[in-house]
Amino acid sequence: MQHTHDVALLLARFQFAFTVGVHIVFPAFSIGLATYLAVLEGLWLKTKQNVFLDLYRYWLKVFSLVFGMGVVSGLVMAYQFGTNWSAFSLKAGPITGVLLSYEVMTAFFLEAGFLGIMLFGMNKVGKKLHYTATCTVAFGTLISATWILASNSWMQTPQGYHIDQATGRFLPDDWLAIIFTPSFPYRLVHMGLAAFLSVAFAVGATAAWHLLKERKQGLAASNPVRVMFSMALWMITIVAPLQLLAGDMHGLNTLKYQPAKVAAMEGDWESEGRAPEILFGIPDMKEERTKYAIKIPYAGSLILTHSLEGKVPGLKDYPKDERAPAQVVFFSFRIMIALGCLMILAGFASLWLRWKKRFYNSTFFQRFMLLMGPSGFLAILCGWVTTEVGRQPWTVYGQLRTVDSASPLMASSLTFSVVLFVIVYCFIFGTGLMFLFRMLRKTPEVGESTDGTVRIGMRPEIVESVRGGSR
Amino acid sequence: MSGLAYWLPVVWAVIVVVAITIYVVLDGFDLGVGMLFAFEKDPSDRNVMVHTIAPVWDGNETWMILGGAVLFGVFPGGYSTLLPAFYIPIILMLLALIFRGVSFEYRILAHTEREKIVWNYGFMFGSALASFCQGAILGGYVQGVSITNGIFSGSVMDWLSPFSLLCGLAVMCGYALLGATWLVWRTGGALEKRCRRWSEVLAVAMFFCIVAVSLWTPFLNAPYLRRWTEWPNIILVSPVPLLLVVCGAVMASALRKGSHRVPFFCALGWFLLTLVGLAITVWPYAIPPSLKLWDVASPISSQLVVLGGAVILLPIVLAYTVYSYHVFRGKVSAEDATHY
Repeated sequence: MQHTHDVALLLARFQFAFTVGVHIVFPAFSIGLATYLAVLEGLWLKTKQNVFLDLYRYWLKVFSLVFGMGVVSGLVMAYQFGTNWSAFSLKAGPITGVLLSYEVMTAFFLEAGFLGIMLFGMNKVGKKLHYTATCTVAFGTLISATWILASNSWMQTPQGYHIDQATGRFLPDDWLAIIFTPSFPYRLVHMGLAAFLSVAFAVGATAAWHLLKERKQGLAASNPVRVMFSMALWMITIVAPLQLLAGDMHGLNTLKYQPAKVAAMEGDWESEGRAPEILFGIPDMKEERTKYAIKIPYAGSLILTHSLEGKVPGLKDYPKDERAPAQVVFFSFRIMIALGCLMILAGFASLWLRWKKRFYNSTFFQRFMLLMGPSGFLAILCGWVTTEVGRQPWTVYGQLRTVDSASPLMASSLTFSVVLFVIVYCFIFGTGLMFLFRMLRKTPEVGESTDGTVRIGMRPEIVESVRGGSR
Repeated sequence: MSGLAYWLPVVWAVIVVVAITIYVVLDGFDLGVGMLFAFEKDPSDRNVMVHTIAPVWDGNETWMILGGAVLFGVFPGGYSTLLPAFYIPIILMLLALIFRGVSFEYRILAHTEREKIVWNYGFMFGSALASFCQGAILGGYVQGVSITNGIFSGSVMDWLSPFSLLCGLAVMCGYALLGATWLVWRTGGALEKRCRRWSEVLAVAMFFCIVAVSLWTPFLNAPYLRRWTEWPNIILVSPVPLLLVVCGAVMASALRKGSHRVPFFCALGWFLLTLVGLAITVWPYAIPPSLKLWDVASPISSQLVVLGGAVILLPIVLAYTVYSYHVFRGKVSAEDATHY
């Protein structure tokens, strides 16, 4: 592609990264929260303890807001492949477009169809059916994740196709191979666990904030807040170590299928056995070395190959125009790992505090959990930056370059849309975040739901606003 | 062209037109209700209006995502040319739909009067701009897109013309009519009465829009004119305008007689007929005036795989969509609107 398009390409990439980066936070939140809600409603139906219904209602309001933001930011994604990556769409549409169509038909409709009942239907359909709706929505979010990760995984580790010589299009040969690509199971598990962890930390931080506030006001910790805190930390204790394992396996899979990405993640330039692990450094693409590196001898080989002698790839194995920008990938990967370690630490700390009977009393731990609130989402963003920047310069790995994927758009059109997207997203999602914090600042209401007239998702705020103005 | 290679894209074209029609009528009344905010100042009635669509709008918008995804998978040649060609109105439409979509939540979560006003306007203008852009895209599509070697080769403002502006206004008018007749069905009392009056005015405006667009369209492109005027086509296509008039007459009398559902289904009939008319006009082109359906279609394997899914899944989708509408059936009162 001509160099005159470089600015347009950069703008298109920025726009996609920005919009998808904002978007991914919401589906991750929805996936984890929908499952949490299904668990809460299930526990309420089984144990008849109202605390679970109180928590369900509390988090349902959050879900409604977060899901709404996910839908509107997701609509943009469904069209952005065509508006900004039309060459990619034309060539890979017969494969990725098909997977997205299945996502819409099996997941989006399911979520949307039962969301109305979940949010507004408790009085209309009865408890059992309402619980079914909640579970259906939760199941829908998981199906959605499955298809979109199948699509992304095909772009990362493509198989099951051949390229039509005349048109350069990817023609499908074997649909099962296309869906079940080598990186797909690892990516799915890694992202699924990440969504659960993110929500566990969001719930944990909310509970921590209320525990701290109640203590400051001299009150005893309220029951819903304690239940929330405890549930979140059991989840973290179990899932965070599992995520380490899943991440390690995903990394080994990447080493096998996308070794150039691993070289960029590690900041390794020479391919060698007995390779050190670079803890910190600054990769320099021009000088082809990682400056100021702090290394642990042999650890690189040990982590990546699980043996001291194992050979790890180096960026110099690949031509210069096939190397991912290592500065970005190197750091995003390390931030993700650091956050992961803190998450595991949180889990172990909670076990120790439970054992010492200080679980609800340690203000230090509660402050730490409050700080860790956004850690899951940050880790998700860093993980996606690692995998998406790390697979550059390709959109379909090894087959179609990013430069050859773009739309025939002028830089001026892209400037217009980038500026609009940034302004509108900051306003819309900034406001959404403000509303979210407002909601979370309220203490879960206790006991309103004991008399059988359950009003799920009710918003008392609007009652007043409406009462005043009726004719 | 062998059987499947010929017929699959035709079947898919029908499915896409059906999906677009479902989107247009379903989200059409959502967007219409949003625009009618401009005429309804009472906060309680505004809440009732929103509450008639709050449980279903998300599912309605999903048909638009389906449209995008299916175009991507089944007609990638269309997806990859139409979207860059309509870059500006599509981006504006998406941003407008974002404003519309979050306003459902935000206007309720707003604490102060000023915040409420912002999101009421967001709902209103978001709905209006999204409707206008959809119409303008449709108009730009009908008037034709410059294509060279299967790639969009026009300029970024090609879509903007007096014809596309008219189509933008026509769709705004039509959606507002759908919204007004929907509210006639789903609300009661003074609000319902006002909606009847709005429906009458909007129906007249929509009728003139349909006439204007119909008279203008054949002169955009010589094949369009032949399609509608040459023998024996004229016999085959003449029911379309006739049914339009019949539909209009039924709607007028139903509005006056106080019928609750009929006006909405007549408005729906208008949309159905205009979309059928559109399909007749551009057939067999996927992107007039140069790319036919078969030029932009995916390989057979991709079309078949999605078709298999669609045949099984879309009826199920329709079934639970109908169920969801059934759960929230009946007139919505101010009382209901506070209970969520």
